[in-house]
Amino acid sequence: MDDEGLDRREFLQRCGAAAAIAWVVRVATTEAEQRGDYKAADHLYGMAIDPAKCIGCARCMEACRAENDVEAGAVRTWVERYVLTTDGQTIVQAIDEKHQTKAPVDEHKILRTFFVPKLCNHCANAPCVQVCPVGATFTTPDGVVLVDKDYCIGCRYCIQACPYGARYLDTRTRTADKCTFCYHRITRGLVPACVEVCPSGARIFGELKDRNSPLARYMRFSKLQVLKPHLNTEPHVYYANLDGEVR
Amino acid sequence: MPQQVTRLLVMFLLFGVALVVARHFLVPATFGQIGHYRAAAIPQIAARPVRYAGREACADCHSDEVEAHDRGRHQFVGCETCHGPAAAHVENPTEVKPRVPREREFCPRCHGYDPSRPTGFPQIEPASHNPGQSCVTCHAPHAPVPPSGAPSSCAACHGEIARTKAASRHAAVPCTRCHEVPDQHRETPRTSPATKPATREFCGECHAKTAGEASGVRRPASGVRTSDTGLRTPDIAIPKIDMSQHGQRFLCQQCHYPHSPEVR
Repeated sequence: MDDEGLDRREFLQRCGAAAAIAWVVRVATTEAEQRGDYKAADHLYGMAIDPAKCIGCARCMEACRAENDVEAGAVRTWVERYVLTTDGQTIVQAIDEKHQTKAPVDEHKILRTFFVPKLCNHCANAPCVQVCPVGATFTTPDGVVLVDKDYCIGCRYCIQACPYGARYLDTRTRTADKCTFCYHRITRGLVPACVEVCPSGARIFGELKDRNSPLARYMRFSKLQVLKPHLNTEPHVYYANLDGEVR
Repeated sequence: MPQQVTRLLVMFLLFGVALVVARHFLVPATFGQIGHYRAAAIPQIAARPVRYAGREACADCHSDEVEAHDRGRHQFVGCETCHGPAAAHVENPTEVKPRVPREREFCPRCHGYDPSRPTGFPQIEPASHNPGQSCVTCHAPHAPVPPSGAPSSCAACHGEIARTKAASRHAAVPCTRCHEVPDQHRETPRTSPATKPATREFCGECHAKTAGEASGVRRPASGVRTSDTGLRTPDIAIPKIDMSQHGQRFLCQQCHYPHSPEVR
């Protein structure tokens, strides 16, 4: 390299060429993004859950299974029945999708009882993503934690790592699987199937960054909590007025 | 350069080349484009088929039903909550028909009594609520209103309270003895709520030391069935307190739960 030969004219010419190349590349990429009219970087999804509205009908579980072809015996979203008894016990029971279970104790021994819907929390700081040895599970630019089923080796580290028990092994493909926030729906402008069918509005889905989204409005007016905040997983699923017994 | 060093270098070079070649074939093309994962997986997952079309899709053809639905109490219930996944029906309206649930077992999944359901949510006891009849014979599912005159009992929506009260000392006290219920409460319960006793003196009408004939409130004789609850009045004496000495700063219901008072 003959650096001494680089005079001002040549330097400016090179700068101009570099700028032109950068501009062309930029225009080309924005055009490419516009063709597939969805830009992941413009979105950040979240969900709020209002346990006080949940009626435990399990329509969400049914819809999730139908929408995502979830195999029998596994769930991506589920509903827990919490029963706090007058003698200080806390009983947690997963409700059955088809035949709803009844309260496990005599009604007059119940201090308070309620349902809590659960699903993958789509953590900003997801333990499952950290432990994946091959990079098959990842956080998308729009904040959704997904599993690349073609790349997963089925080692189950992520299933163990998830503090919320949100993952399972799909025995048909022998790969890890979990809630995707119905990624195929939200990228087409629909809401996740569980939100679509929830009859009581216990699930609120939307953009976290956009002020004009039902979620953002709900978050402004509700007292919110995340599950297991001490783990610093920074979930994108928020619970309103959550009972202290809920784990 | 000594011969052994040359050999070593050649070996290292060969390993290096083998590594680069292996990496080229083993690492997927889009790996690392966005992060430590295969970028091509995102469009692959996003391309999955949609099964639930969403309520907006239904309005295109079924405008009459949607119009009634959007004014009724079920306005926030999605079409596919009851009718099931309908994307296939949107694609092929004549051949694929979504389910139309008319069976009696369907509605109690939301409206059957369950103690964990929020109080005030309309719940019935399927075993005793018009057994054998289909729900849709009396209730229009798209815009349900209670049939005229119904709900005939408060228990239709306040099942948990009704059950608690039925096993308590207040079992024979009708709801309307303490709550004034505007007619509109049956239709729009949240905007026209029932009243709650606002003074200590209200409870004192029965429970004050001085209560009795003088207050004009007479307790039915023990063991008599009251007309509106059909339950017998308990045969213990009504607990009496001195209103001027007992919890003056509070309303009675701030400490005692009137639907299940602690004295048994």
